[in-house]
Amino acid sequence: MLVYASFGYALEEEKEQTLQEEITEYIYHHVQDSHDFSLFSTKDKKTGEKKYYGFPLPVILIDDGVKFFMSSKLDHGKKVVESSGKYYKLYHGKIYETDSEGYISYDENGKVTNVRPLDLSITKSVFSILLVSILMFYLFRSLARSYNDNNQIAKGVGRFFEPIVIYIRDEIAIPSIGEEKHKKYMSFLLTLFFFIWFLNLLGLSPLGVNATGNIAVTFGLALVTFLITNLTANKTYWKHIFWMPGVPVWLKPLLAPIELLGVFIKPFSLMIRLYANILAGHIVLYSLIGLIFIFKNLVGSSLSLVLVFFISIIEVLVALLQAYIFTLLSALYFGFAVQEDDH
Amino acid sequence: MEKLISEFSSGLFFWQTIIFVTLIFLLRKYAWKPILDTVNEREKSIRDSLNSAKEAKKEMENLQAENKKILQEARAESDAMINQAKQSGKELVEKAKSDARSEAENILAQARSSIENEKRAAMNEIKNQVADLSIDIASKVLEQELNKDKNHQEYIDKLLNEKKFN
Repeated sequence: MLVYASFGYALEEEKEQTLQEEITEYIYHHVQDSHDFSLFSTKDKKTGEKKYYGFPLPVILIDDGVKFFMSSKLDHGKKVVESSGKYYKLYHGKIYETDSEGYISYDENGKVTNVRPLDLSITKSVFSILLVSILMFYLFRSLARSYNDNNQIAKGVGRFFEPIVIYIRDEIAIPSIGEEKHKKYMSFLLTLFFFIWFLNLLGLSPLGVNATGNIAVTFGLALVTFLITNLTANKTYWKHIFWMPGVPVWLKPLLAPIELLGVFIKPFSLMIRLYANILAGHIVLYSLIGLIFIFKNLVGSSLSLVLVFFISIIEVLVALLQAYIFTLLSALYFGFAVQEDDH
Repeated sequence: MEKLISEFSSGLFFWQTIIFVTLIFLLRKYAWKPILDTVNEREKSIRDSLNSAKEAKKEMENLQAENKKILQEARAESDAMINQAKQSGKELVEKAKSDARSEAENILAQARSSIENEKRAAMNEIKNQVADLSIDIASKVLEQELNKDKNHQEYIDKLLNEKKFN
């Protein structure tokens, strides 16, 4: 009896462990970019084999020429793909060059030593970005057009977006950059705000997209802010960096490296802030959803459900807030860059 | 940090940057520029309309005040005209009245004087007749006692004259 009981306990323990592991794996996969757009997956209870539902996306590899095939060929890492004499295999979300058997070699630290070709695939995130871009273009093009048809008054969904456009101009761009100089930055600020906002919201949809929670995306956004800031900066801005006015001369060379560091830290903070906020939000949300399955009782699971509900609402708010902060800070940096010397 | 760098997907970064920058340029041309232009234009036209409405109101007020003034002036003028007409009417009546009065007085005076004259003439006639009668009677009376004397006649005339009727 005793043996049986402890065995049963051990069995249950093991099962729970695997469930937690499974949830962790799910979360990891969801916040990660992937080569195909899978909507959900089922697991065969007997064989433990996973079956994915979704649609494949094109894989583009730069490796002695352009290699192109659909991600369905990779079959979630189960198959080795041959493309013009080279073999590729998907392993932990990345494509490696292998031999015809799909052999993955490791070094002593357990790191994969296989060569990674330059991967320019249209991944799930790229696909989402494209989707959002097309949606934005359609939305704002139709807003711009509706003015012509309706005597300068917005029609349809544009009525919702027009006040936001005006808000960004009046509350973000003009106070940060200034009345006469804000115009050349407006296109970037507006695109940036709606781009981040829409991608954040898409990330909260059940599609499980996590584009703004991917550092490559936020790095791209921050890089554009960095380039615009420094390419449009005037003499005053550079003078404040390299030869700070209004401080003793001996202090000036000391301040220069700090200021110069600040030039890079500012967009870096933008990148990390957006990335960390969205990624953390996704992980919290997925973990709480996972809790529902771990509790497996009415009280715990329903409490988790309530929690998920509230966190989701907060995440909707965070989606807007992060877009606002990124835009506002970018505008402020542009404002510093074009500020006239008034000392 | 190391994991962050090793996990960094250069492909995603590549596409993200290309798509994002393209989107900025596309939207600038096809959306933001027309939207912001329209919004600015609309705001300008609202501002202008408000200003012109204000001006129109002011003008309207001026016009109203002017109208009031003109009305008052017209009223005053008409009042003056009515008064004048009344005055001249009164004067006319007065004049007519006084004319009539003086005419009547004239007529009366004339009548009176002609009556007086008539009366005098009648009196004279009466006097003469009375004189004649008296003489007749007297002569007849005296015929018996007295000769017809011229002195007596004169004496009687004289007496009659003294006894003028008044």
